[in-house]
Amino acid sequence: MLVVIALAVALIVAPLRTGRAAADEAAESAERAELDAAKEAKYREIREAELDYRTGKLSHEDWRALDAGLRAEAIDLLRRLDALGEPDREP
Amino acid sequence: MLVAGRLLLIFALAIAVYGVIASLYGARRRNAPAGARGRSGRAWIDSGRRAVYALTGTVVVCFALLEVAFLRSDFSFELVATHSSTTTPAFYRATAAWSSQEGSLLLWILLLSSWSSLILYLTRRRAREIAPYATAVLLGLAAFFLCLLVFLESPFGRLSPVPVEGTGLNPILRHPAMMIHPPMLYSGYTLFTVPFAFAVGALVTRRLGADWIRTTRPFALAAWLCLGIGVVLGARWSYSELGWGGYWAWDGVENAALMPWLTGTAFLHSVMIQERRGMLKVWNVSLILATGILAVLGTFLVRSGILESIHAFGASTLGVPFLLLIVTMVAGSIALVVWRADDLRSEHRLDSLLSREAVFLLNNLVLVALCFVVFWGTFFPLISEAVTGRQASVGPPWFGRYVVPLALVLVLLSGLGPVVAWRRATAANLKRVLALPIAAAAVMLVVLVVAGDVAGRPAALIMFCLAAFVLAVVGQEFWRGVRARRAMSDDSVPRALMSLVRRNRRRYGGYVVHAGIAVLFVGIAASTAFQDVRDVRLAPGERTRVAGYEIAYARATGRLAVAPNGSLEKIDLGARLLVRRDGGEPATLRPERSYFPSNNPELGALSRYFEGEATSEVGLRSGLRRDLWTVVSPDVEGLLAIARRGDEVFSEAGSLPRAERAVALGEALRRMVARYRADAPPATFRILVSPLVTWIWLGALIVFAGGLIALWPVPAGAPRRAMAGYAARVARELGRA
Repeated sequence: MLVVIALAVALIVAPLRTGRAAADEAAESAERAELDAAKEAKYREIREAELDYRTGKLSHEDWRALDAGLRAEAIDLLRRLDALGEPDREP
Repeated sequence: MLVAGRLLLIFALAIAVYGVIASLYGARRRNAPAGARGRSGRAWIDSGRRAVYALTGTVVVCFALLEVAFLRSDFSFELVATHSSTTTPAFYRATAAWSSQEGSLLLWILLLSSWSSLILYLTRRRAREIAPYATAVLLGLAAFFLCLLVFLESPFGRLSPVPVEGTGLNPILRHPAMMIHPPMLYSGYTLFTVPFAFAVGALVTRRLGADWIRTTRPFALAAWLCLGIGVVLGARWSYSELGWGGYWAWDGVENAALMPWLTGTAFLHSVMIQERRGMLKVWNVSLILATGILAVLGTFLVRSGILESIHAFGASTLGVPFLLLIVTMVAGSIALVVWRADDLRSEHRLDSLLSREAVFLLNNLVLVALCFVVFWGTFFPLISEAVTGRQASVGPPWFGRYVVPLALVLVLLSGLGPVVAWRRATAANLKRVLALPIAAAAVMLVVLVVAGDVAGRPAALIMFCLAAFVLAVVGQEFWRGVRARRAMSDDSVPRALMSLVRRNRRRYGGYVVHAGIAVLFVGIAASTAFQDVRDVRLAPGERTRVAGYEIAYARATGRLAVAPNGSLEKIDLGARLLVRRDGGEPATLRPERSYFPSNNPELGALSRYFEGEATSEVGLRSGLRRDLWTVVSPDVEGLLAIARRGDEVFSEAGSLPRAERAVALGEALRRMVARYRADAPPATFRILVSPLVTWIWLGALIVFAGGLIALWPVPAGAPRRAMAGYAARVARELGRA
């Protein structure tokens, strides 16, 4: 029981003893995470629109128009991601 | 071990409280410079996260102590003495730990801390603004349950003096499903607290985009899967163990697990719309908050006994604390959503009513309506008792009146959703993709009307046709997808299928789930609408006919079941039935009734074996087309009369040495059982013939397989390379993903 308590206490206070977060953990800003998630969702939309077309749910014209719009939205997301620069690394 | 367990629980509570404070303090100081002692906000946040890991380790040890006590039959533990015995098989001694309120609450904390550790480890480099608040919520819930265990219902209570034997596990819990049903249910409940906690964090930090959904979606899906498995296992257990022949009674405890599963299903659909279009933010965050609350409510309903009567609420030590927690969760959720209403505005509007988004919206409304019906039916008896002083009961017919039409609409939508395109579908395209499924439904209608006895069962008829529609849709989607894949890649059909599913796990996993739901509802509709039930009284040698089966009562059976330590565990009295259909080969069914000895000291030495708990062992012959199900109620009045005469004899021989008494008792019981075998009086049999019950379990397996496909992680994409233009980059990344 004492071993369990000692290990638990050591685990919990370790960041407070060093005074900072683990050095190898790269931070990801909230904005970058949001844009990254939005980008992944947009890519999924583009792939699914193509699959909808190829499985007969969309006509060729409808798919082309939708695909162009989705890719434009994806490009906008990439621009915004690039504007954030490289991910931050905490010292 | 008892003292160690109690102290570790108190330590666990201290960890949880510390973790809440550290996480919130770190979140507030996040952007402030390090203090005089050099501790930044991030250090406190990391300490709070590690508190979750430490809590998990501590609770694992607590649970291990309890399990060891059960396995060793350590009756100094009050919990072990009241829920186990030396005659309980080892398998059931291991599961007995969570048959009690205290043990099940400890299991809840173990699972909550484990899933919390997992999500926080996986997100240690992501969602960094939201994670501290989510950590505080998760640890706050853990602290609540730990308070219950430390101050009200400790699993480490001591029993003194230590009894030689325990009272044993409730006989109806002696079923293999008992090993996995409660852990699955509790895994579902606790996994749903993860997206709940992250939703709270997202609201507090105003990070209400797609990131918190992306982070927690796998946990919501895992919760849905575990809770669904738990619900189906419970239904299977009810069907094969409880002796009433049904699998769903709209019992409050069953409904408690169904409600969060329904809202969780709605959430898994509607988040797809938010991910794509930034719509339904208020709806989604409200849904997952409601699901988390219903998960806690479900735990409360299962353990408190409150649904039996509102008076049980006051008698239960957990009633008031749970009510306070639920009220806090509801009030806090409403306050957060109202506070952040501006940030929850939709980014886009619905493009068209003929779109998959619109179908998903309808699907959500139906699922929430179903949840509301179940909620109202579950709580109406309590509400009526509180208002009028009289408890008005609501039974299966009431539920059926509202659930059946909603279920029909749900199955229809599960077929429409896959064929409608995202954003906007055209009428011409819809006509093309719906032609085959509608034809399948029409063929099914004609076949059933001509060949089947469906005249008085319109709901079942509609369900069969809708199921044909859904299965045709799913089959068509797979076929068209494979064809499209082969057109692009020249793969063989099996390779194209594997590639199609691997690259589109969510979509095709979802299609498999829809197919499973259709199969499951066919099973429910058929077994409900076309069931044949007969209660008959037969003597050995007599026979009867039920729904085309000829059933002969060949002979009575009886045996004493002895535990490994030599003690008598139970007495089984039953029947051997020979069953034949259409002149085919006979099959044998062996229904039994098991009589467990009572520990009531007022009962006699022999009669306590017939006046304690009794369970039915079902005689079941399952097939793809129908199930033949039977239970027996032996007439034990004659045996009881003999036992009472024997009680007097044993009472007068009170000075007999213990060993001799045990031998004499065993011999007396052996002779009674042999007498029953040789000359059994007529017994009452309940016989059910239910079509397509097996389709329910098969449908459930298909649903869970689909859920696993959707849950399976997608391999990480290749790293980005430098590119010349954004358009090329999009094309390149799409091709690699």
